[in-house]
Amino acid sequence: MSEFVFLYRGGSRDGSPAEMQQVMQKWMNWLKGLGEKGHIKDQGQPLERTGKLVKGRQKTVTDGPFAETKDIVGGYTLIEARDLDQAVELSKGCPILEREGAVEVRPVMKMSM
Amino acid sequence: MEPSEHLFRHEAGRMVATLTRIFGTRNIALAEDVVQDAFCRAFEVWKVRGVPENPSAWLMATAKNRAIDALRRERTARTFEPELSRLIQSEWTLAPGVEELFSENKIKDDSLRMMFSCCHPRLGEEAQVALMLNILCGFSIGEVAAAFVSTHSAIEKRISRAKKVLASSKKLFDVSAGTEFSSRVPAVQRALYLLFNEGYHGASPESAVRVDLCREAMRLTAILLEHPLGATPATYALAALMHLDAARLSTRTDSSGNLSSLFDQDRSQWDSPLIAEGQRLLDLSATGPDLTEYHLEAAIAWVHATAGKTENTNWEHIVSLYDRLMTIRPSPVVALNRAIALGQLEGPVRGLEEILAITNRDRLMTYPFYFAALGEFQSRAGRYDLAQEQFLKAIDLARNPMERNFLEARFHTCARAAILAPASAIVSK
Repeated sequence: MSEFVFLYRGGSRDGSPAEMQQVMQKWMNWLKGLGEKGHIKDQGQPLERTGKLVKGRQKTVTDGPFAETKDIVGGYTLIEARDLDQAVELSKGCPILEREGAVEVRPVMKMSM
Repeated sequence: MEPSEHLFRHEAGRMVATLTRIFGTRNIALAEDVVQDAFCRAFEVWKVRGVPENPSAWLMATAKNRAIDALRRERTARTFEPELSRLIQSEWTLAPGVEELFSENKIKDDSLRMMFSCCHPRLGEEAQVALMLNILCGFSIGEVAAAFVSTHSAIEKRISRAKKVLASSKKLFDVSAGTEFSSRVPAVQRALYLLFNEGYHGASPESAVRVDLCREAMRLTAILLEHPLGATPATYALAALMHLDAARLSTRTDSSGNLSSLFDQDRSQWDSPLIAEGQRLLDLSATGPDLTEYHLEAAIAWVHATAGKTENTNWEHIVSLYDRLMTIRPSPVVALNRAIALGQLEGPVRGLEEILAITNRDRLMTYPFYFAALGEFQSRAGRYDLAQEQFLKAIDLARNPMERNFLEARFHTCARAAILAPASAIVSK
């Protein structure tokens, strides 16, 4: 088994309360499904969409967001999968894909070569 | 834990009501923004970490923090209620002041206040109902439009106009002022009745939408019943009517999603706890001198709900109840229902006579079930050709595929009967 990080980017946050509850329910079902199949190493955390960017030797500090709204990382999950292909397959169930968002699937580097 | 089915919707209504009380009616848009923001946070956190033990408290606490942020940001840009303006001038009083405004006993009546505010006398009944759905039931403009089978832009206009009226009132309705409260109760009852009816008889093709509307009307009526001055005999009757009708809601469509008439419904599927609760509420409504339209409609629903079999329906009783309803709140639709009941009691020819004698019958010309009733009685009188003509007119007026299927099925039954029994048709002419 290898580890992967799912980075959730963008995703519409609009919608009526009922729609938001529905989408939330989809997320919960999706993550529960992954957990039951033993794919979740750490369910991760949602991230605030604001923050600071510290850059360069001058250590200049600027206010977030740091990317286009549609690319902002809103959260992450640590996933266990056989290989990258399987991790990609797993990501395809993410409800963010129905709401103009994206999942970035990144393999975690291994200690042993 | 699993969130309850309409948690977001109901909490949104409660929170907008509370924040509008705190910010003042002219800042209702700010209240809605703060609530939307709180829901975004709930959405982001809960989808990953799960729903907390007490989601209502979590949401209200989040809304409170967002409210403090908003007040800090907007304190110079906006005009707030004088009391609030004093509190937010200083950081020393801002947070504890807002804390106090969010205390449990202060937010207790907020939904009721908002309900009464939505029934502002300057608003038409349709606008009142749309506003309640939008603010108190957390329906988006699109969802209200779907419920009323109207366009997005028409509903948007109606709601934004209504919100301007709401914003022009100085503050949310004061539910502690006795006489003012009592004089607005009838308008609130009427709006709740219309909301329920839109669900029960409305044109939306989706039964899920209609069930939601009925449930929302029942939920808001329960809030009205909690207030000592709101719990009038008429409100009990209204609640009874809703329970007795709602008990039959699931059988109005059959297993394949087709509309099923009262005569064909599987009565064993009627919801007996709802009927029992309706009966209890009806008993509670039977006090005082006033006999309202809600009492009569509840009594009619009760006769149907407790008849057991269609054949055992006490039509005589139903006709007499409609007779009294016609003296209290006459309308062509009530007259049509009375004529149908009379036709059940005295036969199809009598039913037809009564329908054709309805005053202001022209107002029923866009109502598919007017022609369906004519078709039904013509068919029962054996005049299948005339019945088919009426069902064709009804089909043209059908408001959704479900109604169309139902009426087409009736039409085909008549067409078949006309072929099978031409002789009897001639005899009864």
